[in-house]
Amino acid sequence: MNRVKWLIFAAVACIALTGVAQGQTLSLNGAGASFPYPLYSQWAHKYHGLTGMKINYQSIGSGGGIAQIKAKTVDFGASDEPLKTEDLDQAGLVQFPMVVGGVVPVVNISGIAAGQIKFTGDLLAQVFMGKIAKWNDPAVKNLNPGLNLPDLNITIVHRADGSGTTWLFTHYLGLSSPEWQEKVGVGKSVKWPAPNSAGGKGNEGVASYVKKVDGAIGYVEYAYAVQNQMSFAVLKNRAGNFVTPSIESFQAATANADWQKAPGYYLVLNNQPGDQSWPITGATYILIHKQQADAAKAKGAMKFFDWCYKHGAEMAQKLDYVPLPAKVVELVQATWAKEIKADGKSVWP
Amino acid sequence: MADLALPETPAKTQTWRQGDVIFLWLSRGCAFLVPALIGGIFLALLIYSLPAIKKFGVGFLVSPEWNPVTQEFGAASSIFGTVVSTLIAMLLAVPLSLAIAFFLAELAPPKVSRVVSTLIELLAAIPSIIFGMWGLFVFAPFLQAHVQPWLASTLGFLPLFQGPPMGIGIMSAGIILAFMILPFICAIARDVFLLVPRTIRESAFGMGATTWEVMYKVMIPYGLVGLIGAVFLGLGRALGETMAITFVIGNSHRISASLFAAGNSIASTLANEFAEATEPMYVSSLIALGLVLFLITYLVQILAQFLLRRLYRSWSAGL
Repeated sequence: MNRVKWLIFAAVACIALTGVAQGQTLSLNGAGASFPYPLYSQWAHKYHGLTGMKINYQSIGSGGGIAQIKAKTVDFGASDEPLKTEDLDQAGLVQFPMVVGGVVPVVNISGIAAGQIKFTGDLLAQVFMGKIAKWNDPAVKNLNPGLNLPDLNITIVHRADGSGTTWLFTHYLGLSSPEWQEKVGVGKSVKWPAPNSAGGKGNEGVASYVKKVDGAIGYVEYAYAVQNQMSFAVLKNRAGNFVTPSIESFQAATANADWQKAPGYYLVLNNQPGDQSWPITGATYILIHKQQADAAKAKGAMKFFDWCYKHGAEMAQKLDYVPLPAKVVELVQATWAKEIKADGKSVWP
Repeated sequence: MADLALPETPAKTQTWRQGDVIFLWLSRGCAFLVPALIGGIFLALLIYSLPAIKKFGVGFLVSPEWNPVTQEFGAASSIFGTVVSTLIAMLLAVPLSLAIAFFLAELAPPKVSRVVSTLIELLAAIPSIIFGMWGLFVFAPFLQAHVQPWLASTLGFLPLFQGPPMGIGIMSAGIILAFMILPFICAIARDVFLLVPRTIRESAFGMGATTWEVMYKVMIPYGLVGLIGAVFLGLGRALGETMAITFVIGNSHRISASLFAAGNSIASTLANEFAEATEPMYVSSLIALGLVLFLITYLVQILAQFLLRRLYRSWSAGL
């Protein structure tokens, strides 16, 4: 009996002690988009090593992230799809972009290597609508006269799970084709009209389906296309140039966008002007409450984000994310100073 | 310890009675926990799916439309995929597991039987995600390269085997499901066969019955109740299987006659779409899908009980 009592006592003491220990170091909880998760977790790990501050980021999806920050169960939320200004105001949230990524169409046609096949936005929309059923269709051939396109059925591979990637991609198709906009629309998941289509779970699911099905076309985040050595397509951008997806072409789209005129940073980087801009580019966002209850914690969070902007760029590029240009960071930090408050005082700088 | 068996003083008897009462209520509470949980889950599903039920009504069950952009939802494609993949799984797994079980119980040398039985039980212990990954990376490409082209060229006149062979789709989902439920049916069927009295088996052999006749006319009828139970256990599992299916079924909201085509099941739709569903009607429709699955599984169980009871009556009269 005595031993049991001792054990219970020891357990309670341990819990109490860890509670005290946790109270002393600052810790931040965040949840949301899965797209930036590899980067956020690396940043958090490095930052923990430097400052001792703990940042837990749960990759539960943008929808979950938005719900959690609204319910105040986390300190910051993350979303791939920007919230509209009305929604932000209603929930008392501030949103700002953290990193940028690009979505890339990938194909699996034997004999066609990365960067060889060309698409315009409209042609891509027609393919994804199922209106072009074979790879040797004249519309595809005319744009790609040098390629040996086979008499092969086109299989559409899309994301099965709701995803910011799908949102960005369908947004681009909607911009390029009024018919897509009207018949399919834009969303994190949509009703895919092509009869010959399959859905993969996550980027890795789409990547593996495309690699396994002859004549497949899908869309994945740039990092997955690079890491899986997939045959990505070249797209015609707003300036009329055919551009290859790369960190540089995403950066061009980011830099050429007019962030100043986008309230709440509601800005989709699709079809931005600029000779080198990749047309399917998007930022991933952090959401945080305007009114912070704990000034020290809020300050800690802003310091972490500041560190990410200023010292996290190299890590971001290593993982194929695009860091924000310095002038956008300046804008974001001006917003922090203006909008994020604790006890009526700005927490930044 | 001796005084526990023979309580001497009234005081001790008293404490024992108290203990009994406490134990009675404790076990009663535990027993009620299960119906309370099931009732609670059912109620929660019902309440949260009310908006979808109100908006779409019975049409929810028959509409093949699933469009998150226009917020129009129907369960038909998911129900179709669930039923068809389960059907394929049962068609493959039931004969196969009965054959394996019969071999293990009747024909195999005891050593072989022991080893194979253990392996089959191990098969049941493999997490479903492993089946899913194996299905996606190994089995589906195999189907695509070797099985489906052959099916298309020999049986391609049937609508079942038309369309481009992708590997992934309803067919591979059904086959993977068969692998997953096989150990459950097989293990129980083996035990059922072992329970058939030796005298009955041997008298059948003694009367000159072939092995096939012994299995078909003696062992299966004798153990029918147990076998049906085994089959329904597998069926229940196949209906609700999520992760492995999500990997290989192709996740497309479409009803297609071809087994090569991509489809989806209720469980795979939930697994895929719940995390990013933000609109209230979308969430409610997904929960309504969950309710449909709950009801299907429940109906299957009721049907199983009903069948078992009837069979039990008719067969126990005969034997």
